[in-house]
Amino acid sequence: MKYALFTGCVAKGAGRELLAATVYAAERLGIQLEDMKDATCCGAGVIQEDNPVLADALNARTFALAEERGTDIMTICGTCQGVLRHAQIKMANDPKHMEKVNTELKKDTGRTYAGRVKVKHFYQIIQEDYGLDNLARRVTRKLSGLKVAPFYGCYVLRPHEYSDTKVPDRPDYLEKLIEAVGGTVVDYPQKQKCCGFPILMPNKTNSLQLSGNAILGALEAGADCLMTPCPLCHLNMDSYQPEIETIFERRIGLPILHYPQLVALALGASLDDLKLNTHIVLPNDALKKITA
Amino acid sequence: MATKFIVSRYNSETDAKPYFQDFFLDIPKGATLLDCLNLIKWQQDGTLTFRMSCRSAICGSCAMRVNGHARLACKTQAVDVVMDGAVKIEPLGNMKTIKDLAVDLEPFWASLEKIKPWLQPDEGEHYEKERLQSHDDQMKIDHASTCILCASCFSDCNALEVDSKFLGPATLAKGQRFVYDTRDAETESRLDYLSRLHGMWDCTHCAECSTRCPTDAKPLDRIKELRTAAMVHGFTNNNGARHVLGFRESVGGFKGIGGGGLLNENYLPVRSVGFNLDGIFSLIPVGFRMFIRRKNPSLIPHMIEKIGEVRKMFRRFDEYRKE
Repeated sequence: MKYALFTGCVAKGAGRELLAATVYAAERLGIQLEDMKDATCCGAGVIQEDNPVLADALNARTFALAEERGTDIMTICGTCQGVLRHAQIKMANDPKHMEKVNTELKKDTGRTYAGRVKVKHFYQIIQEDYGLDNLARRVTRKLSGLKVAPFYGCYVLRPHEYSDTKVPDRPDYLEKLIEAVGGTVVDYPQKQKCCGFPILMPNKTNSLQLSGNAILGALEAGADCLMTPCPLCHLNMDSYQPEIETIFERRIGLPILHYPQLVALALGASLDDLKLNTHIVLPNDALKKITA
Repeated sequence: MATKFIVSRYNSETDAKPYFQDFFLDIPKGATLLDCLNLIKWQQDGTLTFRMSCRSAICGSCAMRVNGHARLACKTQAVDVVMDGAVKIEPLGNMKTIKDLAVDLEPFWASLEKIKPWLQPDEGEHYEKERLQSHDDQMKIDHASTCILCASCFSDCNALEVDSKFLGPATLAKGQRFVYDTRDAETESRLDYLSRLHGMWDCTHCAECSTRCPTDAKPLDRIKELRTAAMVHGFTNNNGARHVLGFRESVGGFKGIGGGGLLNENYLPVRSVGFNLDGIFSLIPVGFRMFIRRKNPSLIPHMIEKIGEVRKMFRRFDEYRKE
């Protein structure tokens, strides 16, 4: 299995531990990754607001680069995944728009996007291509005793017409992964809610209240940690957890893990391998709950 | 086999809090959820309260939460929402319940009124005849015009859950409808108002609105169009718009300084708060915390390979903008 790895910005910036866990997990699973060092930011839905055609052209360039490599794209960020699929589906549904985007793209780069490349998040690849049974067979450290609250993030779920999740209101990717690595799934009301990250700059209080609601929901349901496939959710919930504690006037201390970190931990990675000491809320105590 | 309808019951005059009551009904072939609720009301409990009118997804009265998400009961085939033999029905969210499934829509209407949801042509102009719109001009407002004011988006909006002053998706979609209307003369004042706190930039992109919208109004897309219009008309003196500019600048470059192709996470927050001392001061705790844990992004901006192509794209699109 080989994929062009679209890391997104955070995995090369404020979330480098996400990339470390991805590389660790992929190596142990025999998934070959080629880092798309020539790919741009996906726009995160923000450049799209400034100039929708430019944003689509940037992403069409990324698709074209993967098509030139002859490999499908693997993402490790829920926002990137949602934004890239949005661009693909928009172009697939509107051939005139795709032609316009390709005309613009060709002017500056000489490239065009043919509409062939598939874009999947690591969690889709694990469940749909690699197989959870296959993964479970390679688990060297079952995460028994660890209660994990899944948190999806918006972009991989909504709007439904741009989501690859088969039943978007009842997704099971994260839950199935937690079960496959031996952990316990914690169900709670906020698992499909917004973390608030997109409004961190315009309205920090609202943003952190949304994250706080989710974290407290998970905590009150008994979670030892929360796991998300989106590093933007991670940033809001982890880096800003002290501010969230101030807003809610209580201590929280809930570690926020990236999806690939959970996979890598089950494949035997140490805390150092995963740079887990870079998290603001250290997961050491939570990981002591692992009984196996 | 009878389906279990788990229905939220509440009388604001007599009950301390809502509770669930189970009703059992054999769903008739082709019955909508509204048909089922009517059967329950007529045959089992006449006190069950819900709003309804047209039964054709036009009036927007019968919006309610089904299995946790807002939808029109009349536009929902009952069998499609049965999960494990049951369907859970609750009143819309983000509003107070009056009785059972009927909520007090006052906050929804109050929000809508704030943006003057009517056409405001130039008062000084005298129009001799009806001003017809071109097809292209109509298409700019066509989506938002399909809104039936059912409040499904208002119910499931994540931003409203934490900020009751947020204008909400339907109001912002209505705002887009008038901002983009070529006959309206208040474009600038509307964009000014909608750019303020609790306005367009407070939307979290959670996309619940577009997902639950039973029409083609799709509020999130309209909010994005509003933001584009705000940028074009120069309403950029706020954190939301500066955040967009910072994104573009760090990825694509500006004023002759080339961008790196990826986001510059050091530049963006400072740019978003507008280089003012209070704003920058507010970033220090999180910045320091991340620095201590070596989580902070590198101070040397990331540069992708083949960056020349990308800078060229940005430069050319900037030329388009000037035109």
